[in-house]
Amino acid sequence: MTGFAALLMRDLRLAWRRPGDAAVVLAFYVVAVALFPLGVGPEANILARIAAGVLWCTALFASLLSLDRMFATDFEDGSLDLLLLAPWPLELGVLAKCAAHWIVTGLPLAVLAPVLGVAFGLEPASLAALAATLLVGTPTLSLIGGLAAALTLGARRGGALLALLALPLCVPTLIFGAGAIEAQATGEAFAGHLAILAALALVALATTPWAIAAALRQAGE
Amino acid sequence: MASTPLEVEDLGCRRGGRPVFERLSFALEAGELLALTGRNGAGKTTLLRALALLVRPETGVIRWAGVDVQDEPEIWRGRLAWLGHLDGLKGDLTVGENLVAAQGLRGGPTAEDRLDFALAAFDLSGLARRLARTLSAGQRRRVALARVLASQAPIWLLDEPLNALDAPAQRSFHEALRRHLASGGRALAATHADIGVPGVRTLALGMGFA
Repeated sequence: MTGFAALLMRDLRLAWRRPGDAAVVLAFYVVAVALFPLGVGPEANILARIAAGVLWCTALFASLLSLDRMFATDFEDGSLDLLLLAPWPLELGVLAKCAAHWIVTGLPLAVLAPVLGVAFGLEPASLAALAATLLVGTPTLSLIGGLAAALTLGARRGGALLALLALPLCVPTLIFGAGAIEAQATGEAFAGHLAILAALALVALATTPWAIAAALRQAGE
Repeated sequence: MASTPLEVEDLGCRRGGRPVFERLSFALEAGELLALTGRNGAGKTTLLRALALLVRPETGVIRWAGVDVQDEPEIWRGRLAWLGHLDGLKGDLTVGENLVAAQGLRGGPTAEDRLDFALAAFDLSGLARRLARTLSAGQRRRVALARVLASQAPIWLLDEPLNALDAPAQRSFHEALRRHLASGGRALAATHADIGVPGVRTLALGMGFA
């Protein structure tokens, strides 16, 4: 457990030293979301209707932006070898890396989304639902993204390949994330959607660390 | 006191479908250093990576106290200190933070005096608060060596430890290595240069594979 904490703290400290990396993700989120009213038109009822889908899809794209550096920097400077050589399960180290990624990107996105939702004319209850779904859903994105990042480690044009791998796997989370907000607005079972999101996060938590660890060992050979 | 036997038996590795080395057997006693020599591509790095379980060998076993180290890989890894051809430093962390983070990865508490000792051994005390990315290649190598020293691991795996080191730094390394061996440690070092330990055993790789 001390190794887990040490790795998490190291990655958070590294993110703190380069605030620009996280800021770019959030700035992309704001700019990309702001494009939709320009493309779709400023009609309030249309914007309010598509808001949940837009904010969720764009959050997914934004979290992809920082994924390619998740293991690549460790791979390039040799610290991946130190992680592979750590005398405790690599799966835990992988979890620490994904947790750090979530704290640096997923969490700020979930906080920022309701602010943007106001501009789309979402009801206060929908804003709360949006924040809740992103809080429960973004860990899944970090875990699945981590898997894609590990699989594309060392590949040429890994960034594009990473997106191609990660996006289809994120579809269930996207469906239930955006669907939950829709359900909340129409008075359907919001809690049920949220529970499925949480279940997806737990499935990712229970499976991806092993797959990521295997991919990293392969990359280390 | 008889030392715990470390034996490598019939080790063979392939890379890209071609054998790098085959049927390699040797033993390493406490206090012993094995220098790996051979031309570029002879398999020095591959052998070190196989010993660290970073590369899966095709044949053979590595035994510690008679037990295959693959059976308990985490305990085996805890005995190793690794110096790769990359330094494994984070440019955005200071020298001191790099050492603390590396010790943390090994799961151990960070003994302040141990880190100070390792920094002093490689003449880095004045650089502890410098960001690693502002260091020269030789200084970075010294930090990586200080990390190996601070780990207190009984087995050192060193890939070209003398790379980029100037003469005083090489002397510091020789001193640290001699002390490690004198206290019952073991080391394997892939090297082109003189490793600085008199009467060192040498394993020449790349014989028979053109």
